[in-house]
Amino acid sequence: MELKLENEKPIYQQLAEWISDNIISGQLKEGEQVPSTTEISVTYKVNPATALKGVNMLVDKGVIYKKRGLGMFVAEGAVEKLRRERMSEFFDNYVRVMLDEAEKLGISGEELIEMIGRGTEK
Amino acid sequence: MNGIELRGVTKYYGKNLALDDVSLSFESGKIYGLLGRNGAGKSTMLNIISNRIFPTSGEVLIDGENAVENDKALSKVFCMSEKNLLPVSMKFSESVRVTGNFYPDTDKEYAMQLAEKFELDPKSKLGSLSTGYTSISKIILALSCNADYVFFDEPVLGLDAHHRDLFYKELLQKYSEQGGTYIISTHLIEECANLIERAVIVKEGKVILDKETEELLEGAYTVSGGAELVDSYCKGKEVMGADTIGGLKSAYIKGKPDKVPQGLEISRASLQNLFIQLTNK
Repeated sequence: MELKLENEKPIYQQLAEWISDNIISGQLKEGEQVPSTTEISVTYKVNPATALKGVNMLVDKGVIYKKRGLGMFVAEGAVEKLRRERMSEFFDNYVRVMLDEAEKLGISGEELIEMIGRGTEK
Repeated sequence: MNGIELRGVTKYYGKNLALDDVSLSFESGKIYGLLGRNGAGKSTMLNIISNRIFPTSGEVLIDGENAVENDKALSKVFCMSEKNLLPVSMKFSESVRVTGNFYPDTDKEYAMQLAEKFELDPKSKLGSLSTGYTSISKIILALSCNADYVFFDEPVLGLDAHHRDLFYKELLQKYSEQGGTYIISTHLIEECANLIERAVIVKEGKVILDKETEELLEGAYTVSGGAELVDSYCKGKEVMGADTIGGLKSAYIKGKPDKVPQGLEISRASLQNLFIQLTNK
């Protein structure tokens, strides 16, 4: 998966999300080696400290781990962990926003479920 | 203490004040961006640190030692500048050898590898090189000298996009593997914004900002939308500057965005934009 750095978020966060996306999509499998901070730094022309900060975010979450002298690897259970995290973000960013808007428009729960049903049919 | 320290450095050229009582430290182990408009004092600062010119007053310490006429301190500093300091009749390969005389840790093999990557013929005479290849020849010396502190003064002058890309990548590769302290002075801010760990902005001979790049970018934002809405949102906020096009306005604001009214859009600041706002006359 290509990474295109943009200006909207801190770079380290974009790097962490890019690695996470690759793990969720199965491009990087559990147990596989993650690109080194040097590789990330050189490929995307970012300061190694920034690359390290992005990688460390994932180490702190337990999504990847360091093997001394060998590099960094995707942890067992990383996909499930990331999926749960994304689901809770999905709830906050989409479901809540949708419910707020539905309330404003006076859409009832049944109507909403009916609409979602209609949306998933196709 | 490791690093470079400027203490109250002032420089006059005749009656012109080029640096005005500058006190500043460059910690070792970082990539710095030294940013400023033309004539802001960047090159003067780098030339004073590398003892090419003397300050009118003040002093420079390199790893705690006074830099003036101090060979040991100065051998730790390599300054790649716009000026051509080597004879025009010298071949590039000889310039590598000469650099090795002054900087004993020069990696000559690495210099030749870089020459090959940049497609620079080591036998070509320095005076026969185009603007771009003159820059490349100096970049190669700077990357391979292995001095503790390496300054790049407008390193990418005349380089095409491909060669600039190669330069940034080689610099990062070397820095990731071996560390070192690099100060890059450039006008192409957008290109190297992500490379720089800390930014120093100079304006009219004074240092107006010295901050970690990430912290700097998180301390400002842009708000855009209809001019009236933007103006009312900006009330009571520290506005650095604004651009207006038709009825639309973008304002550059210091601090963190609070609740944004509908119809306005918030975006992150870029180093380039911040720089333009901060160094506007």
